[in-house]
Formats: sequence, C-alpha cells, structure tokens
Amino acid sequence: MKEIIKLDNIKRDFHVGDEIVHALRGVTFTIHEGEFVTIMGTSGSGKSTLLNTLGCLDTPTQGEYYLDGVSVRTMGKNARATLRNRKIGFVFQNYNLLPKTTAVENVELPLMYNSSYTAEARRQKAIESLIAVGLGDRLMHKSNQMSGGQMQRVAIARALVNDPAVILADEATGNLDTRTSFEILVLFQKLHAEGRTIIFVTHNPEIAQYSSRNITLRDGYVTADTVNTHILKAEEALSKLPKNED
Amino acid sequence: MNGINLIKIALRALANNKLRGFLTMLGIIIGVASVITMLAIGQGSKRSIQSQISEMGSNMIMIQPGGDMRGGVRQDAASMETLKLEDFQSIIDETRYVSASSPSVNSSGQAIYGANNAPTTIYGISPDYLEIRRYKVEDGEMFSEQDIQTAAKVCVIGKTIVDNLFPDGSSPVGKVIRFKKLPFRIVGVLESKGYNSMGMDQDDLILAPYTTIQKKVLAITHLQGINCSALKEEYTEQAIDEITEILRRNHKLGEMEDDDFTIRSQQELSSMLTSTTDMMTVLLSAVAGISLLVGGIGIMNIMYVSVTERTREIGLRMSIGAKGIDILAQFLIESILISITGGLIGVILGVGAAVLINMVAHFPIYIQPWSVVLSFAVCTITGIFFGWYPAKKAAQLDPIEALRYE
Repeated sequence: MKEIIKLDNIKRDFHVGDEIVHALRGVTFTIHEGEFVTIMGTSGSGKSTLLNTLGCLDTPTQGEYYLDGVSVRTMGKNARATLRNRKIGFVFQNYNLLPKTTAVENVELPLMYNSSYTAEARRQKAIESLIAVGLGDRLMHKSNQMSGGQMQRVAIARALVNDPAVILADEATGNLDTRTSFEILVLFQKLHAEGRTIIFVTHNPEIAQYSSRNITLRDGYVTADTVNTHILKAEEALSKLPKNED
Repeated sequence: MNGINLIKIALRALANNKLRGFLTMLGIIIGVASVITMLAIGQGSKRSIQSQISEMGSNMIMIQPGGDMRGGVRQDAASMETLKLEDFQSIIDETRYVSASSPSVNSSGQAIYGANNAPTTIYGISPDYLEIRRYKVEDGEMFSEQDIQTAAKVCVIGKTIVDNLFPDGSSPVGKVIRFKKLPFRIVGVLESKGYNSMGMDQDDLILAPYTTIQKKVLAITHLQGINCSALKEEYTEQAIDEITEILRRNHKLGEMEDDDFTIRSQQELSSMLTSTTDMMTVLLSAVAGISLLVGGIGIMNIMYVSVTERTREIGLRMSIGAKGIDILAQFLIESILISITGGLIGVILGVGAAVLINMVAHFPIYIQPWSVVLSFAVCTITGIFFGWYPAKKAAQLDPIEALRYE
C-alpha cells in the first residue's frame, strides 16, 4: 500500500515568554492509503499541534514529514498553501462554511484557488461532491438555512471536492447530537469503504471503535498505536438509536 | 488563482453586506459628486467670463500716452501728447507679432438726427479697428482708406445709436447725422455686441476716420491711443515687448527713463477677472477633496472591521489553499470595488447636480472631462491606498490562529 503520511521523529516546540513548551516530543508513524485513523488524546496531549502539522498549517521544529511523498518541513508558506489545496481536505468541528452562501458555492471554494479548473468544471465537481454526501437536493440552500448535520455534510463535500490524498477531520462530530453524529460517521465509513484515507482527531473514545486504526497521544508522545480488528458499523448503531420525533 | 475568481469572491462578499457596502460608499459618493459639481460651477463661471472678454477681442493691446506715474503724480492719459502718428506707422511697419492696429482718438458729445438726439462717443479709428474689437458691419459697409486720407465726414454707427436716433425703424444708411455741429454721412451699421462684462454698452458708439476727428472735431495732431491686436492670444507678450521697444526708440527715451506710454492687454484684464473664480474653484475643490479623504478613511475603517469580523473565513480560505497574496488581493479588490462603484455613482450624481443647478439657477456650468477622469482616478487610488492596510493585515494572519478566532 502507498504511504500517504510518514512522520519521522516529529518535534514541535513553542516559545511562551521565556519558557519552551514541548508540544510534540518525537512522534513517528506512517499512514497508508485507505486507512481510517482516529487520533485520540486529552487536551494538552499535543493532538491539535499534530493536526496542524499533518494539515501543513504548521511546520515541525525537528523531524521529517512526508505528505504523499513530498517533504513538508522545508516548504514555504505559499508552497504549503498550494499543497493543502491539492492534497488535503479539512473538516472542522464548527463547519466553517461561508455565511449566506449556497452549498454549491461553499463546496466550490477550494477549486476557486486552483486555476486549472474552469468555472463549469468547478460547478460540476462541486455538484458531484454534494451528491456523494447525500445533499444532491440541497445544492442551492444557503448555509444559514441548513441544520448542523447538513452543514457538516457540506463541509465534508468541500473536503472531497479536490480529490485529496487525505481527509483531516478535527472533532467533526463534536458539535452534533448523537443521532447526527452517527449519520456523519456513516458517511465517513462510506468514504473509507470507497478507499479514501481519513484521519479523525477526537477526544471521544467511542469513535475509535468505528475506525480501522487508533493512535493515542499523551504529553507529546504516541502512547498507543493499535489496529482495530473489530470495526463496528455506524449504520447499525444508528438503527438502534431511538428515532427523532419529527 | 486568477483575477476573475478573485473578483467573483469579492463581489459575493460585498453582496452579503449590501447595506454596509453602500454606507461605506456614501463617503466616496459625496466626495466625488461634490468635486465634480464644484469644478463644473467654477469652470462654468470662468468660461463665461472668458467668453465675454474674448468678445471684446482677447488679443487686443491698448496703447495710451503717458506713464502710470511721473514724479509721483498719476497722469491723465488724455492730457499727454506723446503718441504720434509716426508711432502708429512704425508699429505697422516694424512689428512681427501684431496683426492689426488702429489709431484712436475720441470725443464725447451729442449726436443729432432730426428731432432725436443722444449722448454718445465718436471714435476716430482706421478700418482695422473692426478686426481688433471684433465688430462686424451688418448693414452698409465700413469706410475706406481713402476716406481716411481725405478726412471724409462719414461714419459707422452702433445699434444703440440706431435705436436712439432712428426710433421709427427706417434704415440709417445714407442718412446724415450731426455730431458737434459737424454732419456725418452714415455708411454702415454695426452688428450688436450687447454689454460687456463690466456693464458697458458696446453698441453705443460712432466710428469715423481718425483723420476727420483729429482735424475737424478735436483739432489735434497727436493720438489719444493706439489699439492693436496680437497675431494670436499667446503672442500678446511678444507683441507688447516689440511695441515697447519701438515706442521707446521713437520717443528717444534713455535707459533710465520711464516709459511715456502705457500698454495694457486684455490678458491682464482676463487674468484679473478669472483669478477670483480660480480662487473659488481651488477652495471648493479643496473642501471636496477633504470629503473624498474622509470617505477613504471610512473605507479603511469598514475594511478593518470587516477583516476582524471575517477572521475565521480568512483562516478557512487559507486552510483550503489560499495564499497570502490571494487574501490580500481579495480584500483589496473589495475596497477598490467599493470605491469605484461609489465613484461611478458620485460621477452620475455630480454631473446630475451640476446640470440641475444650471437648469434651476441658470448658473453657467462646464463639466471638464478631466475632472471626471481625475476624481474617478483619485477614488480608485483612495480604494487601493486605504484598502491596503486592512488587506495586508488579513494576508498576514496565521491560519491556525484565524481558524480558532471567536
């Protein structure tokens, strides 16, 4: 299997006043194509810093990071912006959709920063993406006319639209109720089944049961890295939940 | 990222905040509209004065005897006898920048025809005078050089004289009027010129050969003045220099002596009259310019608030691949769009206001194309200038911090 992410002894220090805070103290792991990895850890474990590093928003103080075979550590700001645009799809806890903007326009956004797409190709791709997340009938709905679950689906469609090497989800179910959380998890499992690489950062241990691999962080170290042999099906969990009365 | 996408993004952002966009524009709209209206009014009154002056002959040069001052006493020009016919002849023969010149002697008195009479001034001149003062003979013809040589008692009269002496509407050509007991046969009538900018009736005059007036009316040999016209308005200075040189030589004036004549041009008069309106234009434009500046600061203010308010959006855009320059361009284009749209509305309003003032108050206006181009350019520059700082700030945001911003 192709190596999508390869971390080699990643360290990240922050200078806070006179003190140096070691957020990551040497993290090493490799993620292959088609894996659904949950990264878990309590607050202060270095989880956010790791996510920022994986997302090419931040560069490590030390160590090598290869994304899809490209070394990120020495890249400049603009080169990383282009890399994010081509290789990464972000899904945030609070959706981060543009306000008063239609679903299609929100999903088109990453392609707006890629000049190789024409306006038509962009629109076509965005519609395909929205159909893939089950929002084919809500293309022209504005972000403020949608529910949390729908907004997160739009956000996932936006993460898919550039055919990224990896989807990075940051507490993607954190703001949703249990039922909607499971609906989103069903969607993630479907994407996983289609062969996409997903990294899901969360502090909720329950979610780990639905992924194929689980990495636990603590105080800047990887304390556990286990392959999940009994992947639960989110659909089954969803069907057991009491139906909403509406 | 290409320019069209950036403009689309900026347009969408503006469309999401229509009211705020409009309020931001208001400063620019008022600024541009007032600049254009003020300049239109200023230029309008300046042009109307200039056109009145050019009706009198904008390249006219008047030579009068006597310096402004002699021994501390201001002299009466009419009492001096320093200008001679030879001076006039020298000007005709020797100058290069003078296209026409005419001697001038005049006398005031009562013109009489039958039972009608009117006070007026008779000017003794040569036919060139018509060209210099932009008079035209409407009826009949101008007297000739031969009339001058023979000191013929012929004259050409203005419209006011016609009205006063021939109230019944009969044609005056061929009739004989009396001026200071001397009979003059009317050979022509001048086309009406109306009042000049100083309120003088330009039609209240009688023109006759200067020789006739010199010999038969005034009994003098000197000239009371010489009127010339420069080849073109812009050659007035050179013409004056030439004339000065000739007259000083003719009058045998030493280097230390003052001129014993005075030369005035319409240019002086014109610049005197237009300087007031120029001053007003500058003042009004300055006020209008300040309002444009205030409008610009308004843009900066709103763009700054907008950047802060949209920090999360900026973070998102960066995380999905927007470079710093893309963010900078987006916000810069937004502020330029605001200022250009404001400028466009301002131009329309300003031109509309100027036209309205012209229609309602009958104030002369003139909208100079450059004033429109200039104010438009200024407000675009204002947009770039005042949009730059907030846009730069947006572009320098750290995506991690920006995404977390609450």
